[in-house]
Amino acid sequence: MSQTVETPEDPILRASQTFGITPEQYMLPARGEIRMVDPTGRLLPAEEQGTEPGHEYPLPAGDVLLGAYEKLVVGRRVNDQNSALVRQGRMAVYPSSHGQEACQVAAALCLKEGDWLFPTYRDTVAVMTKGVRPLDVMSIFRGEWHGGYDPHEHHVGIQSTPLTTQLLHAVGVAHAAKLRGEDTVVLAMCGDGATSEGDFHEALNFAAVFKLPVVFFVQNNGYAISVPLSQQSAAPSLAHKAVGYGMAGERVDGNDLVALLATLGRAVDLARSESEPLLVEAHTYRMQAHTNADDATRYRDDAEVQEWIAKDPVTRMRAYLAGEGLLDDAAEQRIAAAAEDVAAALRDGMNADVQVDPRELFRHVYTEQTPQLAEQEQILAAELAREETAP
Amino acid sequence: MSTLQAPAPSGQTPAARPATFAQALNTALADALTADDAVVVFGEDVGTLGGVFRITDGLTQRFGRTRCFDTPLAESGIAGMAVGMAMNRMRPVIEMQFDAFAYPAFEQIASHIAKMHNRTRGAVTLPIVIRIPYAGGIGGVEHHCDSSEAYYAHTPGLKVFTPATVEDAYLMLREAIDSDDPVVFFEPKKLYWSKAPVDLAELRDRYENRAPERREGRAVVARTGQDATILTYGPSVPTALAAAAAAEAEGRSLEVVDLRSIVPFDDETVAASVRRTGRVVVVAEAPGFASVAAEIVARVQERCFHSLAAPVRRVTGFDIPYPSPKLEEYYLPSVDRILDAVDDLQWED
Repeated sequence: MSQTVETPEDPILRASQTFGITPEQYMLPARGEIRMVDPTGRLLPAEEQGTEPGHEYPLPAGDVLLGAYEKLVVGRRVNDQNSALVRQGRMAVYPSSHGQEACQVAAALCLKEGDWLFPTYRDTVAVMTKGVRPLDVMSIFRGEWHGGYDPHEHHVGIQSTPLTTQLLHAVGVAHAAKLRGEDTVVLAMCGDGATSEGDFHEALNFAAVFKLPVVFFVQNNGYAISVPLSQQSAAPSLAHKAVGYGMAGERVDGNDLVALLATLGRAVDLARSESEPLLVEAHTYRMQAHTNADDATRYRDDAEVQEWIAKDPVTRMRAYLAGEGLLDDAAEQRIAAAAEDVAAALRDGMNADVQVDPRELFRHVYTEQTPQLAEQEQILAAELAREETAP
Repeated sequence: MSTLQAPAPSGQTPAARPATFAQALNTALADALTADDAVVVFGEDVGTLGGVFRITDGLTQRFGRTRCFDTPLAESGIAGMAVGMAMNRMRPVIEMQFDAFAYPAFEQIASHIAKMHNRTRGAVTLPIVIRIPYAGGIGGVEHHCDSSEAYYAHTPGLKVFTPATVEDAYLMLREAIDSDDPVVFFEPKKLYWSKAPVDLAELRDRYENRAPERREGRAVVARTGQDATILTYGPSVPTALAAAAAAEAEGRSLEVVDLRSIVPFDDETVAASVRRTGRVVVVAEAPGFASVAAEIVARVQERCFHSLAAPVRRVTGFDIPYPSPKLEEYYLPSVDRILDAVDDLQWED
């Protein structure tokens, strides 16, 4: 114990010395969610931000906030463009994060270039904010291939549909980096339903035991398809789960981009400097159905949806920036035009018919094709040749 | 003390000292850790204890806790973490303590380890080896004796190896670790203590200076014969060889083919043997229904139908949960059961 007293950089000890709180009190989330800007766009005074001793967050700089706002607007535009493309039959399915874009943008922006992001299938906007071309992100949904981008290029895990499994991949990337002495931080995203899966437990436990710099970011949007949080967990909050693993947890308003940038930014900094995992739970709302195959009216009423429209992350951020004099009409027009450009490129790309060579089916099963797959490719090649020569 | 550092019995040179299957695996892991800094070994009890079967004995002491380490008790966690480590330039060799204990990891193995290369159109390779001690014959309790190879063999994207000799224990584990594809590496538990006069240092030299000729994915003729072919793998290879020896005494010459690799499957070696002998018995310990043995029979009849003098017979475990220790002798393919199947191959004499 004497050794830990001599390391006041340790955030737990610093907090316990400064505020006279226990490590458990430090690890538990603040009493309320962290919120810096209210739904009308007003910057809350410090005493109303939900913080308490050991949970202080600095306000991000103005240029950071303006840059984040642009990503937010682009993200909203991409969500709505993709939903339109589904209606037009250009895509089979799109799980929209409309309403959750502040979480998406903050998750990507709090990371440095070499850091890794592990998204879920709903995290299209986070993935493209991390640098992946929007059109490449969409190949999984337009049915061209199961994944459309190289995870190594932008340090972004591939999106897939099993729940929570990616948290362990995030742990593995962090563990490998730590063994090599690199200071990579990994941010792993999941939803509220995913916290019920066994891999959630295994990932948090592994990360805590091995002291790995992983930020587990739970986007709690209230529903796992149709099942509400009350039937998902009896915990006081999902952030409370952290203390059981020996890590700090925090709750944040998931529609407040300012608070998200501050909270996730601090979590990433702590993960990097302390080589320890943290859990951040954001409270947000999926404004649209789970996917176009879902009927959200069967499990939630319109009054609830209306309530969340008033908390929209885009209008809130716009009001805040305008009020602070950080956003004028010219900037707003430039950002809107940038969002239109992204949407137009996406639309053009999605409307182009991409030809996939069916023989590619056999090319990436193993790094070297097995004799059995070579035979099967020949069968398909013969069928294709017959089709080509058929009258 | 590590098995690696065990002194040679006096009066014998290390070269003449027989090695066990377990020692061969241990040496292969040590040599792979030496050869490539990216190789890491982890799982439950593989560190200080050296594994419940001592296959990782001495590795932590010799290579440190960053190269061979214990994990929390969580098989999905072990497999899932291996995915991320492999994505981040490492070559994880993970241990699933017993066959049936791997089932919690099945989602990670089937949904991610098997598919990541395909999902990313070849951008990500996952050089992961999943070591699974498997099959019975050791008097184990329930969940410690499953032959689960069909689950993995049925999953495209996974290679499935199972060695049956001391030499192959070494060579095939090195091949598995060097493979850029994920390999499920089934170690027949009952062979861990089998011995052969193998010089492991010589094997290391042979492997590291090996000729370009491929061994990976190839079957071997473990015993040559003219009258019928026994196609088998893993724990059943010694039983098949014993059956062939007994048949020889009765004047029947049986060839034994050790498949070694279930995926990829060596159709060439199998078909060459079957076409020569015209009679086939497939021997495997797993339940026969929807099994690897069933797949082998299908492949043989597709390719060699006109060479066959009799329907292909199977000798497998019964379609029951693996039995308790006092009953396993009735379940396992035996020499007599194999010879009975051979007798059924419509002989003209």
